Amino acid sequence: MARRRLILLAPLAVLAAAGFGFFTMLNRMQKGRFDPHDIGNPMLGKPMPDFDLPGVGGAGFSSADLRKAAAAGPIVVNFFASWCIPCANEAASLANLAKSGVPIWGIAYKDKPPAVQNFLTQGGNPFARLAMDAGRVAIDFGLFGVPETFIIDRHGMIAWHHAGPLDDTSITNELLPKLALL
Amino acid sequence: MKKIPLVLAFLVISGAALAVSDPRELLPDPAQEARAETIGQQLRCLVCQNESIEDSNADLAGDLRRIVRERVRAGDSDAAVMAWMEARYGSFVRLKPRLTFGTVLLWGAPIITLLIGALAVFRYRRTGAAEAAPLSAAETAALGDLLGKT
Repeated sequence: MARRRLILLAPLAVLAAAGFGFFTMLNRMQKGRFDPHDIGNPMLGKPMPDFDLPGVGGAGFSSADLRKAAAAGPIVVNFFASWCIPCANEAASLANLAKSGVPIWGIAYKDKPPAVQNFLTQGGNPFARLAMDAGRVAIDFGLFGVPETFIIDRHGMIAWHHAGPLDDTSITNELLPKLALL
Repeated sequence: MKKIPLVLAFLVISGAALAVSDPRELLPDPAQEARAETIGQQLRCLVCQNESIEDSNADLAGDLRRIVRERVRAGDSDAAVMAWMEARYGSFVRLKPRLTFGTVLLWGAPIITLLIGALAVFRYRRTGAAEAAPLSAAETAALGDLLGKT
């Protein structure tokens, strides 16, 4: 009889486990620690891809430039676009990050120079260097949308990756601690 | 006039409507194009995550289609093209996951379900077929009483 009762409890246990799972997912989504659309990035921990990109008006930069600059200290690379609303939302947080002395290099994704210039005039320009990509370099980075942010460490490796807009919370809780370790 | 049968043939074999919106995307060699489509149908569009890049209208899917065709034209094998994509987007880019240690449960789920079902049927049939215990002396007497009364 005891066994039968235990069997009757089994569906309840399954339900409780599922409930706990869903609760954890929703809770983490709310805190920004879980994004169901994020696919991860297999480029993490690998050397950054090679590229040579034109600038917006002025000079752009290449992977060699980035590698050379990163040898002195890690650099944050931000893919953005003037037509992307989440990018406009993260602009203020990026500006704060730049003001705190973290070098950010920007890559405008599938964009036009006048639109980029307009976007940076309106939202502020946090970028130490700026380049334009028609989409191919982004794919080499495993990018699936804008904005996405990477940290290139002293060895030219991709040390960190974030898909979606950054905000002050994710910068304080994730990006800065990672930078401090590099 | 000689072209009419050819045009008709193309109309007949046009096949499923894919998201290729610009005919310039297609490879001139039909065999290569067919290969590129087969590869593309196995690749997930990372923007609309349940569509293949051949079915999706997203910008990124268009870029990925172009790259698949570029690689196919350059003579890459199907496996090489898939590996190129997987290096950038991980195993998630495959619509049909490979059998690895992490996906054993996924691929094994039908077999496991079948086994559980078979076990349930086996147990049910065994208890159902179990013979009832023979009647005790008192029960036999009671039964005889009942039968005698009718």
